[in-house]
Amino acid sequence: MTIIDTTADAPAPKGPADDGSGPLLDVRDLHVEFKTRDGIVKAVNGVNYNVSAGETLAVLGESGSGKSVTAQAIMGILDMPPGRIPQGEILFRGQDMLKMSYEERRKIRGRKIAMIFQDALSSLNPVLSVGYQLGEMFRVHQGLSKKDAKAKAIDLMDRVRIPAAKERVNDYPHMFSGGMRQRIMIAMALALEPDLIIADEPTTALDVTVQAQVMDLLAELQTEYNMGLILITHDLGVVADVADKIAVMYAGRIVETAPVHELYSRPAHPYTRGLLDSIPRLDQKGQELYAIKGLPPNLTRIPPGCAFNPRCPKAQDICRTDIPALVQVTERDGSALPGRGSACHFWKEQIHG
Amino acid sequence: MGRYVARRLLQMIPVFLGSTLLVFCMMYALPGDPVRALAGEQTVDPAQIAALKKDLGLDLPLWHQYWNYLVNLFQGDFGTQIASGRPVAEIISEAFPITIRLALFAFTFVVVAGISIGIFAGLKADTLRDRGLLILTLLLISVPSFVLGLVAQSFFAHQLGWVDPNVSDAAPWGELILPATVLASLSLAYVARLTRTSVAENLRSDYMRTAVAKGLPKRRIIGVHLMRNSLIPVVTFLGTDLGALLGGAVVTEGIFNVKGVGYTVFGALKSREGSTVVGIVTLIVVIYLVASLLVDLLYAVLDPRIRYA
Repeated sequence: MTIIDTTADAPAPKGPADDGSGPLLDVRDLHVEFKTRDGIVKAVNGVNYNVSAGETLAVLGESGSGKSVTAQAIMGILDMPPGRIPQGEILFRGQDMLKMSYEERRKIRGRKIAMIFQDALSSLNPVLSVGYQLGEMFRVHQGLSKKDAKAKAIDLMDRVRIPAAKERVNDYPHMFSGGMRQRIMIAMALALEPDLIIADEPTTALDVTVQAQVMDLLAELQTEYNMGLILITHDLGVVADVADKIAVMYAGRIVETAPVHELYSRPAHPYTRGLLDSIPRLDQKGQELYAIKGLPPNLTRIPPGCAFNPRCPKAQDICRTDIPALVQVTERDGSALPGRGSACHFWKEQIHG
Repeated sequence: MGRYVARRLLQMIPVFLGSTLLVFCMMYALPGDPVRALAGEQTVDPAQIAALKKDLGLDLPLWHQYWNYLVNLFQGDFGTQIASGRPVAEIISEAFPITIRLALFAFTFVVVAGISIGIFAGLKADTLRDRGLLILTLLLISVPSFVLGLVAQSFFAHQLGWVDPNVSDAAPWGELILPATVLASLSLAYVARLTRTSVAENLRSDYMRTAVAKGLPKRRIIGVHLMRNSLIPVVTFLGTDLGALLGGAVVTEGIFNVKGVGYTVFGALKSREGSTVVGIVTLIVVIYLVASLLVDLLYAVLDPRIRYA
């Protein structure tokens, strides 16, 4: 399965409508910008990625790299205005969602594509019981009665292993612990057994032991329903266990894409290298932690050339003038590495040393 | 919950005693006296006045007068007006229904118009229509009610002749439209602004994003998820506001000659009718306390995060 188009600037020709074999979701050359007082913030600048049923794509990046904005554009929950999608396509089962009417998109949201948010406490409505909020999915999308919806809500809570679901169905979000609340968010996303789930940093607000439980649950349910999963995170540890492939984002672009284990063993972009080096390691106890120097770029004034060049230890003159395209990464002998791409002028030096 | 209500009700006792005492002292401290006022311009024999005062118990020291008043009050006797000789209870029971009618009228107006304007502006915060409505409400807040009342009266009654400048004694609903509108204007502006801010703020909240992501129809997102949260502060304000409206509006009732509580209290104040003033003010205080208790209880119903113990 190909992961990504080989160039960021030229989208692949339109594939045929859903024939059952194409990817579930195909994002092509997506651009998103926001109009602000300080100028136009270019949050997403030509992102391409796709996800198939049963597959997990991890989108990795720092805050402000555009990973969440891309997800919100897919969900159709961007605030527009000030947000704007000047170009790009988001194909869901071969159909461009950006060309759909509000009603058409609404019917996909929640039913076909669902989203799990980072902070479950603020993402759940504080004044409505969790049973109501879960049941709402069935009432709105399937027209169930209040009573049937509540029964379904209890089933869902059982499924995400919330203890004493029947007694707790009328409780409010603030009465649950952080892990339980995130389970409720997951239950809400799962309610209508969607084809694709987008999880936007689902474990960031949780402590480490609960993180593992929640990720395991998510991975398990994904396998059970054969769903596509887009996992947005900045935590490399979370990704390694559950993802099939990874897209690393920087300043609104994908800078590297690879099957999960290859990325860890042989990164083909200095930024990915930097991210991997900043993971604290037990065998380097006592040494100073590595950090990528500098700050993420201001998205109103993205540096010319490669956006990473001011922070890159290997930057050359060309990096300050030419934007590197996302190119196919190959072995030394020229044989293509499937699913691998890098947007670095010097990817060869990076991967092959 | 039960304990909380009991505690709040018990707290009303000192507030009740304190407010009656305070009003009593103030009446006592005011210059002028009701018995001399009876005689008007005529010169009266001081001995006669003293005798009358003794009859009414007005020669006793303040604390004794207050004690007598309380004892009578607990026997259900609000006292008697000196000038007219009518029982104060009768005067209150005549004035209150009119004020209640006026207050409910104004309150409905506040709720319907205030909240509608607030939602209308808040949904499109920082647009032209939002700014326009903000300026309009600011205007309503900054114009004193006697100015608004007199302007409205001279325009609608004297110039256009649509309504009578004065409300008749029975105060039917139709005649209360103009006074109710004037009375409502200030609260309406506050409610509109409060709703607007609350709506605009909640619109940006994470759970609203979730509601959209769930694929709910717009009607439901706004009607259920946004409104349930946005109206909590508004309801709180409305509760205390209803208490204030029921307390009568001295200025508005005065301008339109509505014979309600505010009008009566003002009249009694001018003729130094102590028992009338104390009776009505105490009743207003009690109404206000009950209203704020109801608001606090309602608050817990609306927001499950609040629990009283």
